Amino acid sequence: MTCLPAHSDKKLGLVIDLDTCVGCQACVTACKEWNTGGHMAPLTDIDPYGGHVDGVWFNRVHSYEHTTEMGGRTVNFPRSCLHCETPACVTVCPTGASYKRVSDGIVLIDEDKCIGCKLCSWACPYGAREFDTDVGVMKKCTLCVDRIYNDNLAEEDRVPACVAACPTSARHFGDLGDPQSAVSQLVAERGGVDLMPELGYHPTNKYLPPRAHTQRAASVPAKALEPVRAEGGFLGWVDRMLSN
Amino acid sequence: MHPAFSVVFFTTATGAGYGLLALLGVLGGLQIVPADFWLGLVGLGLALGLIAAGLLSSTGHLGRPERGWRAFSQWRSSWLSREGVASVITFIPAGLFGLGWVFFGRTEGWVAIAGLLAAIGAIVTVCTTGMIYASLKPIAQWHSRYTLPAYLIFAAMTGSVLLNALLQGFGIGSTGVLVLSLLATLAGWGWKLATWRHNDRLEIPTTANTATGLAGGTVRSLEWPHTEENYLLKEMGFRIARKHSAKLRMLAQALAFALPVLLIAATFALPWPYAAVPSVLAAIVQFAGMLVERWLFFAEAKHTVTLYYGR
Repeated sequence: MTCLPAHSDKKLGLVIDLDTCVGCQACVTACKEWNTGGHMAPLTDIDPYGGHVDGVWFNRVHSYEHTTEMGGRTVNFPRSCLHCETPACVTVCPTGASYKRVSDGIVLIDEDKCIGCKLCSWACPYGAREFDTDVGVMKKCTLCVDRIYNDNLAEEDRVPACVAACPTSARHFGDLGDPQSAVSQLVAERGGVDLMPELGYHPTNKYLPPRAHTQRAASVPAKALEPVRAEGGFLGWVDRMLSN
Repeated sequence: MHPAFSVVFFTTATGAGYGLLALLGVLGGLQIVPADFWLGLVGLGLALGLIAAGLLSSTGHLGRPERGWRAFSQWRSSWLSREGVASVITFIPAGLFGLGWVFFGRTEGWVAIAGLLAAIGAIVTVCTTGMIYASLKPIAQWHSRYTLPAYLIFAAMTGSVLLNALLQGFGIGSTGVLVLSLLATLAGWGWKLATWRHNDRLEIPTTANTATGLAGGTVRSLEWPHTEENYLLKEMGFRIARKHSAKLRMLAQALAFALPVLLIAATFALPWPYAAVPSVLAAIVQFAGMLVERWLFFAEAKHTVTLYYGR
C-alpha cells in the first residue's frame, strides 16, 4: 500500500559526516558489492568495459568546492536514499510496489510489482532511485535490510555495507527516532541538517556539516614560488644552463 | 526532464480526445448539436480513438508493461493510479453514449445522461493527468498553479477545434462552436504566455546549498561520481531544449495558436463546403503545435537532482 504509515516504530537511517568524508569511494564499491547479490539484486551494469558505461548504483559520492568568506574547501558528498518520513516516491507509485515500512521506516520496492513507470524517480528530489533498463524496474537503497537483521552475520557486521566499509567513520547507522541513540546524540552535538528541508520530505538521514575553519592553524612562513621572467645576457645564460 | 515521445503523444492525444468527448457529451446530450449519424460515428470514434491511442502509447515507456493492470490499485494515494481508474471508468458512459447516438440515433433520455457522465469522466481524467505533474515538488515549473488549468484549457481548446472541424466537415457548422474554438484557442495562447512568463521569473528556493546542506557561500561541483551520463542525467538532466527554447516557443505559438486563430477566422467568411478546409487544417496544425508545446513542457522542466551535478 502506497499510503504512508502515520508513524514508524523506529526511524532507521544514516548520519553522514561531511567533515571526515575523504571521498575514497569505499562505501560506493562496498554498497555495489553487497547489493548486487542482495535484496534488490542485480545492480546491472551496462557496457561496463565500453565507452558508455552505465549502471545502477545506490550510493554515489560527489565532490564540491564550498567557498565562503572564511575561505574555500573541498567537500566530499555521499548521496543515497534518505528514507524520508514523507517520501513522495512512495505515494506516487500507482502499483503498490513502493512502500515505507511501519516497523523501521525503511523505504523499499517490491520488484515483482514494479511496472517501471519511473514516476517515483521524478518524485524524488535527491536522485535516490535509479532505473534498471535491463530488468525494467526501479531500484534503490535498501539500507541493507538483508544485513542489519541478518543473524548469520556477526553482530558488529549488522550495519549497512557502506557504514561497515567507511575507513574514516564518516558514516553512522542507527535509530534517528530515538533521541537517546548514539546517532541522534551525534546529530544534536554537531548540528546535523536535512537536505532540501524546504521541500518538506523530512528525510531521516542527516548530514553533519564540515566543522568551522579554525583560526589557530599555523601560518605558512615561506612565500609562494613566483615565476621568474626570462632574462637576456650573462644572467640569462646562467639561468638557462642551470635550468637544463 | 527527458521528453519521452510516448508521454508527449499520450498527454496531447488524450487531452484532445477527452476535450472532444466532453463537448460531444454535453452539446449532444443537451441537443445543442444534432444527433447526426456521421457526426456521432466519426466524432466519438475520433475521440475514443485518440484516448485509446494515447493510453496505449503511455504504456510504451513502461519497463514492465505486462504488469500494467497493477496501476489501477493505488488510487488512494497516487494521481497516476487515479488517472488509470478514471480513464477506464469513463469508457463505460462514453461507450453507452456512442451506442445510443450511433446505433439508436438518439441523444436524449438515458443517452443524454450517459453523455453528461462521459463529459464528467473526461474532465476528471484530464484533472488527474494535470495533477500527476502539478504534484511533483522537485520540478518547480510543474509544481505550480499554472499546470492543472493548462491541461484543462488545452483539452477544451483542442477538443473544440476538433469539434468545429467535424461540424464544418459534415455541413452542420455551428457559429457557437466556431466562436468557442476561437475563444478557447486565444485562452490557451494567453495561458501559455502567462505560464512561460511565470517560469522565466521563477525564483526556486532549492539551491546547491540546500541540496548539500552546506550553508552560505557558493557550492560548485568539482567532480561527478561517474564519468558517463547515468540514468539520472539521461532522464532528468535533459538540456537540448533549453538551447533552442526561444525558437521552439515561437514554433509552438505559430502552430498551436496563431495559425489556428487565422484559419478559424477564415472559416467565418467562407460558405460550406469551403469552410471545412480551414477548419480541418486548424485542427491538424494545432495538434502538431501542441506536440511541440508538450515537448517543451518536459524539456524546459528542471529537476532538483540536476543541482547535484552543477547543472
